[in-house]
Amino acid sequence: MIPSEFEYCRAGSVEEALDLLAQKGPDAKILAGGHSLLPAMKLRLNSPGAVIDISGIGELSYIKEEGSHLVIGACTTHGDIAKSTLLSEKIPMIVEAAAEIGDVQVRNKGTIGGSLAHADPAADWPASLLAGEAEIVLASSSGERTVAAVDFFQGLFTTDLGENELITEIRLPIPDAYTKSTYVKFEQPASRFAIVGCAASITRSNGSCDKVRVAFTGVSSTPFRDQAVEQALEGQAPSDDNIEAAAEKAAMSVEVMGDHFASQEYRKHLAKVYARRALQAVLS
Amino acid sequence: MIQCKTSKEIGGMGHSMRRKEDARFIQGKGQYVDDIKLPEMLYMDIVRSPFAYAKITNINIEKAMALPGVLAVITGKDLEQYNLHWMPTLMSDTQMVLPVDTVMYQSQEVAAVIATERYIAADAVELVEVEYEPMQPVMDPYKAMEADAPVLRIDKEGKTDNHIWHWEAGDKEATDRIFDDAEVKVKEQMHIPRIHVASIETCGCVANYDKVNNHLTMYMTTQAPHAIRTVIALVAGHVGLTEEKVRVISPDIGGGFGGKVPVYPGYVIAIAASFLIGKPVKWIEDRSENLQADSFARDYHITAEMAGTKDGKILATRFKLLCDHGYTDAAANPSKFPTGLFSICTGSYDYGHSYAEADAVYTNKPPGGVAYRCSFRVTEAVHAIERITDCYAQEINKDPAQLRFDNFINKDQFPYKSALGWEYDSGDYHQGLQKAMEVVGYDDLRKEQAEKRARGELMGIGISTFTEIVGAGPSREFDILGIKMFDSAEIRVHPTGKAIARFGTKSQGQGHETTYAQIVAEELGIPAEHIQVEEGDTDTAPYGLGTYASRSTPTAGAAAAIASRKLREKAKKIAAYLLEVSEEDLEWEPGKFFVKGAPDKAKTIQEIVFAAYTNHPQGMEAGFEATHYYDPPNLTFPSGAYICVVDIDKETGEVKVRRFVAIDDCGHIINPMIVQGQVHGGLTQGLAPALYEELIYDEEGNILNGTFMDYLVPTAVESPSWETGHTVTPSPHHPIGAKGVGESPTVGAPPAIVNAVVDALSHLGVTHMEIPITAPKVWKILKEKGAL
Repeated sequence: MIPSEFEYCRAGSVEEALDLLAQKGPDAKILAGGHSLLPAMKLRLNSPGAVIDISGIGELSYIKEEGSHLVIGACTTHGDIAKSTLLSEKIPMIVEAAAEIGDVQVRNKGTIGGSLAHADPAADWPASLLAGEAEIVLASSSGERTVAAVDFFQGLFTTDLGENELITEIRLPIPDAYTKSTYVKFEQPASRFAIVGCAASITRSNGSCDKVRVAFTGVSSTPFRDQAVEQALEGQAPSDDNIEAAAEKAAMSVEVMGDHFASQEYRKHLAKVYARRALQAVLS
Repeated sequence: MIQCKTSKEIGGMGHSMRRKEDARFIQGKGQYVDDIKLPEMLYMDIVRSPFAYAKITNINIEKAMALPGVLAVITGKDLEQYNLHWMPTLMSDTQMVLPVDTVMYQSQEVAAVIATERYIAADAVELVEVEYEPMQPVMDPYKAMEADAPVLRIDKEGKTDNHIWHWEAGDKEATDRIFDDAEVKVKEQMHIPRIHVASIETCGCVANYDKVNNHLTMYMTTQAPHAIRTVIALVAGHVGLTEEKVRVISPDIGGGFGGKVPVYPGYVIAIAASFLIGKPVKWIEDRSENLQADSFARDYHITAEMAGTKDGKILATRFKLLCDHGYTDAAANPSKFPTGLFSICTGSYDYGHSYAEADAVYTNKPPGGVAYRCSFRVTEAVHAIERITDCYAQEINKDPAQLRFDNFINKDQFPYKSALGWEYDSGDYHQGLQKAMEVVGYDDLRKEQAEKRARGELMGIGISTFTEIVGAGPSREFDILGIKMFDSAEIRVHPTGKAIARFGTKSQGQGHETTYAQIVAEELGIPAEHIQVEEGDTDTAPYGLGTYASRSTPTAGAAAAIASRKLREKAKKIAAYLLEVSEEDLEWEPGKFFVKGAPDKAKTIQEIVFAAYTNHPQGMEAGFEATHYYDPPNLTFPSGAYICVVDIDKETGEVKVRRFVAIDDCGHIINPMIVQGQVHGGLTQGLAPALYEELIYDEEGNILNGTFMDYLVPTAVESPSWETGHTVTPSPHHPIGAKGVGESPTVGAPPAIVNAVVDALSHLGVTHMEIPITAPKVWKILKEKGAL
């Protein structure tokens, strides 16, 4: 439980962090809350030559309304997000996902940007960010770019984040007043990571489901939006039968993971159950 | 008239006095092994095997030795020169300290690095290059017993199979006859999974060998410091470390649960390193090492059978065990009891015949078989009897509570001789179950269950009415490596009436500093706050076998009471002298002797003690000290009636423990608050194997859940709100009528939970659940039974 030797650098600003990142090269790792990186380093699964600590960059910790978007600074902790009344009013699934992460200690230290960069296939964040059609802002010394969440997650611990890039912000379009959302989860009892995490966001008008966004984490090696479920419900009335029929289509298009605790078959079953529970919660 | 303080005011027995030790623990001032820092101290870290079974073809230490700060890399070949590469286990088997040519389980110690800094030691571990030739491990104990299984312990001359030992108890023929003729027979196969004590503090030591004085001080996390000192002297006497040259100090311990009884290779290597280098060497395991390589617990495969009449009278039981010990039998049982006290498996029921047999087997898993919060395999025994009793009730369609009432040993049958030969000291099982049923509202719950079933909802009620066997033990049968299992107390009262009391046991969180003081306070009238309790230092404490198997109160607690009584006898003589009356004229009430009929003619214990140093009668020894080594005449037999209520989410298979009522009977209670705390902790550790814990290995011998990311040790988050209570049936042979309690809840809880889950599913034809009962397992069964 002792990491190998590394250089520790503390960045006071985004600019400084990017400079350090360019300077230290691919052997450097960004340290935010440390709840993914430090355990990996202690187990020597990851032995970076340099660690660039961005946890002191105050300018990266915020939750605010910016025009048509709610924006969250990358160094905002899960705990702060879980307590946000602004998010709770506008996009409840984001707050619900934050509150489901790990335990109190993890939520108080771990950050949204750190979790996204790590891209654990069972992390809680991806489902609600996919369902919320979030964008992720990446900065490097050569500028800034914005990537849709759906393009950001590429596979097991793999994202679109470049070696010289830093996640700075998560942007979520503010849904209209007719949109409701939720995040529900079946967790691995020990790690509390998601075996199945399902986020659903539905916009309703005139008694039918106009826009349906359903996304999963934990089910497959990459988090995904489940368009089969979405399409089954879009344009339909929110009846029990319609919900059931849509939920039955969950996780049909992906390779479902299996492990010694939860088999592939069990996860697939849970995906349907949790899709239904999420849809029911939103439409009730 | 001299008014003495009441028992409550002086912290006597039966009162919830606050724990004396907590002042330091809650302020972070406990002194654990890792808090010990000595001048010039070196640090040890261990290279471990990635393979479960492999030949070591080469160990290259060059790169590690080249790292600045590295002083030594110790291998099995180095230890072989001193004949220290193997060591005996407590069960007279042998265990490698470091391997010379073969590793037998994943995470086994392969080499040790000694460095000037902890971090350097960790870096050097990475630099030790070990070449392995992996072999196919034997992981399944049943396959290990097959005739063509590869023989694992080829180090043992003439060994042709993987069988370790056979054990049996009871009358086989008579039992078989009852089974042959019985109206009803039930049979249940169960695995009590391999789990780990996972104490908050891992194991570790600081070995400090002083070359000049040829003296070893060993600070270590041990539950049995005196026995360890003797073992060190027996193993290392030939290199000059005779017993008077060895001092073992067991400082504060952050949880033991049986896992800190054995001698681990790390301790021995640290001693060897300190001996060779002449400097103190610290070794502290990390969390993963602790979980992956230290002694496991349980891992018994049990076939239990019960024979009875069709109206519910138990007639006989049979048990067949296969005991997976890993690559060596490193259990920590009393010598004559390879299966520990499994023979308590006849339970709380009155019937005449039982037969139990066991075979132990080697596999490529870590060694162990420690008594995890359990008096030597009692957890396994209680699980077997309480599950098979429920199977019987289910088979004849009888309420499991009623079946138990109909078969309990009656309170007037004690002392009761069990079918496998134990003499149960006392008990009132009917009262306990009655009370538990009242608290939980049993009849209403059954009605609720019927209603829910009609609606398709799953709810179950499970009972466990267990008898424990603790307080090992009478010297005629109980020893560890030949040392009899007595325990001791030494009380010295200072001239001003304050005392120091030392014991051969060692608290790991049980609260000895408080409870022992309360016993002495009650017996001598000296306030508990003025009785300083010390344990764990072999240079100062009297010899004892240590703390495990709920033996401290039954043995050392009894020694405290008897040593106090010896002092009271002396006090009486001094009081008679001071009051100028004869001893027969004196009466005792806690805190003073007074003259019968003249209560104002009295001497307090403080006055008497002062006189023992300042004005003692001629011909009497001065001072006020007593020692007692207590050899219990019998074990004590605590009992409990537990009822668990579960709700099951049909869609996911999740089991939620809605209620859990635990009525314990541990005889007279010394400190109700401490007992309640013990029961809460024990119940949580009982919840663990029922629903969560199991060390899982794949066929290649890889551990699949070797960190807390995958291995859940339940905490308050997973626990229901435990509802505790007690009945009091004193032990007739114990000086203060007490029985052990720490382990009852760990032992009693799992079958109550399993019985509740099976009960919830029984209408679907479910009679069996493998533990731990995880959500996926329940879902699979529901699916198989077509209940989804």
